Amino acid sequence: MATNKLFFAGSGGQGVLTMGQMITYAAMYADMNATWLPSYGPEMRGGTANCTVVISPDKPVSCPLIYEADNVVVMNLPSLTKFESLVKPGGNLFVNSSLIEQKASRDDINVYYVPANDIAIELGNPRTANTVMLGALLTVAPVVPEEKIYKIMEKTFSGRKAHLLDINKTALHAWKPE
Amino acid sequence: MGEKVLMKGNEAFAEAVIRGGCRFYFGYPITPQSEIPEFMSRELPKRGGKFLQAESELGAVNMAYGCGAAGGRGFISSSSPGIALMQEGMSFLCGAEVPVTILNVSRGGPGIGSIQPGQADYNQVTRGGGNGDYKIPVFAPASIQEAVDILYEAPEIADKFRNPVMVLADGLMGQMMEPVLLPEPKPEITSADIPKVKPWAISGSEKGERSVVKSLRLQPEVLEAHVSHLFEKYAVMEKELERVECEGLEDAEVVFVAFGTMARLAREAMELLEADGIKAGLIRPISLWPYPYSAFEKLSGKTKVVVSVELSMGQMMQDIKLGVLGRCPVKLICRTGGMLPTSLEVVEKTKKILEEVR
Repeated sequence: MATNKLFFAGSGGQGVLTMGQMITYAAMYADMNATWLPSYGPEMRGGTANCTVVISPDKPVSCPLIYEADNVVVMNLPSLTKFESLVKPGGNLFVNSSLIEQKASRDDINVYYVPANDIAIELGNPRTANTVMLGALLTVAPVVPEEKIYKIMEKTFSGRKAHLLDINKTALHAWKPE
Repeated sequence: MGEKVLMKGNEAFAEAVIRGGCRFYFGYPITPQSEIPEFMSRELPKRGGKFLQAESELGAVNMAYGCGAAGGRGFISSSSPGIALMQEGMSFLCGAEVPVTILNVSRGGPGIGSIQPGQADYNQVTRGGGNGDYKIPVFAPASIQEAVDILYEAPEIADKFRNPVMVLADGLMGQMMEPVLLPEPKPEITSADIPKVKPWAISGSEKGERSVVKSLRLQPEVLEAHVSHLFEKYAVMEKELERVECEGLEDAEVVFVAFGTMARLAREAMELLEADGIKAGLIRPISLWPYPYSAFEKLSGKTKVVVSVELSMGQMMQDIKLGVLGRCPVKLICRTGGMLPTSLEVVEKTKKILEEVR
C-alpha cells in the first residue's frame, strides 16, 4: 500500500482537526507510520482550520507537508474554494453539501457530496457531522482498518462521554454512496 | 518499552526531558512552544519536580543558572526571539560550566517575526549571540521520535561536559503529532546524590571544600587559562558529539544538505527526482555544532552540485562550503519568514539548478 495523503479543512468547531486525529490514531493502532499536522496561528480564529495527515503503511513518513492530496475533505465554502486544487488528479474530494451549495469545478477528480450536517441532525446529534464525513471518507477510501477507528472512538467516548459512542458508531455508517 | 503513543511534538519534547532526568523547568510562554510550559506546569509537580514561570526569558535562563550551579537538572525552552533574550545567560552558563538543557522551537525572524516555522536561527544557535569564546552543542532532530531520543539524552550530555546543550526544533515539529515510543524514565538525581555525582556544585553539603561556580575571572592570565580549558573540552565534544545521516551519496548527481523538517522534505524530493531519472543524495546534519564537515568527504565524483535546502536565506551555506571545499558548486533552495516550500517546488528548483551546472 502506498503513502496516502489526506487533508481536512473547515471552520473552527467543525471538528476538522479531530477527523484527522482519529485517522492518525487508527493508523498508529494498525502499526502504520503517520503524521498529523495542524494549521496554527491567527488563521485558526474565525478563518479556516485545517490539518494534513500522511499515512505510510510500511516505511517512515518522508514528509509531513504535502503539495497534493489523495483525499480532501471540505466542510465549508471557503475551504472548497481554497483547497479544491489540492486534490491530485484521480483523487477524492468530499464536500459537505449541507453547508456548501456550490459544486466542485474540476472534472479530473472524484467528487462526493455528503450532506454531513443534515445526516447528523437526522441521527439526533448535529455534532456528529464530522463523524458522518469521516465515515464517508473511509467508505470510499478505506485508508485505515475500521476496527482501529472503533478503538480510538472507544477511548475517546468513554467516562462522561460514553453515551456518545453508539451514535458516533452509527454516524460512521450513516452515509451511503449513490 | 511501552507501546507507541500519539503525541504533539511539544508535549513529547517535555515528556522526554522529564524522563531524561530533568526535574526543574523555568520558562516564559511564546508561540509555537507554549504547550511546553503548560505541560510542565501540570506534570512536574506530580513527578517530584518544580515548575516556575519566570518574569521574562532573561529571568528563566538565570533561574536555570542558579538551579544548575546548585547541581539540579534544569530545562529551559523558548522560541527564536525568546532564545535571543536567553543568550546572555548562555554565555554565562558556558563560562561558569553549568549544565542546562535548552530547547528552541524556532519561528520566522528577524525580530518578533512570525509564529510560523523557521530555521533562520542557524547562526544564532551555532555561532552564539552571547559574548566571549564559548560553544554549545546543538542537535537538530528531523522527527518527533528523534527529538524525544535526543532530549532524553541531553541532560546527561550537559552533565558530562558541564555545559549547556541545545536542541533545535522548528515550529512545525512542535505542533505536529506523530506516534512515538517513549523511553523508560531515568532515575532522578536527588539532592542527597549531588555532592557525590557533582562535587563541583554548590550543594550546601558539609564536605569541607568550598565550591565556586562563576564566570567572572578578573585576572587575564586566569581567564585565558580557563578559556583554554573550555576549548580542550570543546575539542572532546567535537569528536564525541558529531552526528550525521547520509543517504545515496555514492551515485548522486545532486546532493541535498538539510536538517530538521527540511530534511524530510528533501527526502521526499529525492524520491520524486528518482522517478524522473535523477539520482539525488542527502546529507542530514543532526549536530549543527559540531558540524559534520567530514560527511562531505563522502561526496562522489559523480556529484555535480550540492544544494542547501533550508528555511533561511542560506545561513547554513557557510558550513556547507567549508565541508565541500570547492569540490563542486553549492546552491541554495530556500523559503523564509515562516513560508514552507513543497517537495515539488524543491524538485523544480533542483532541475533548474542542474540545467545550470550540467
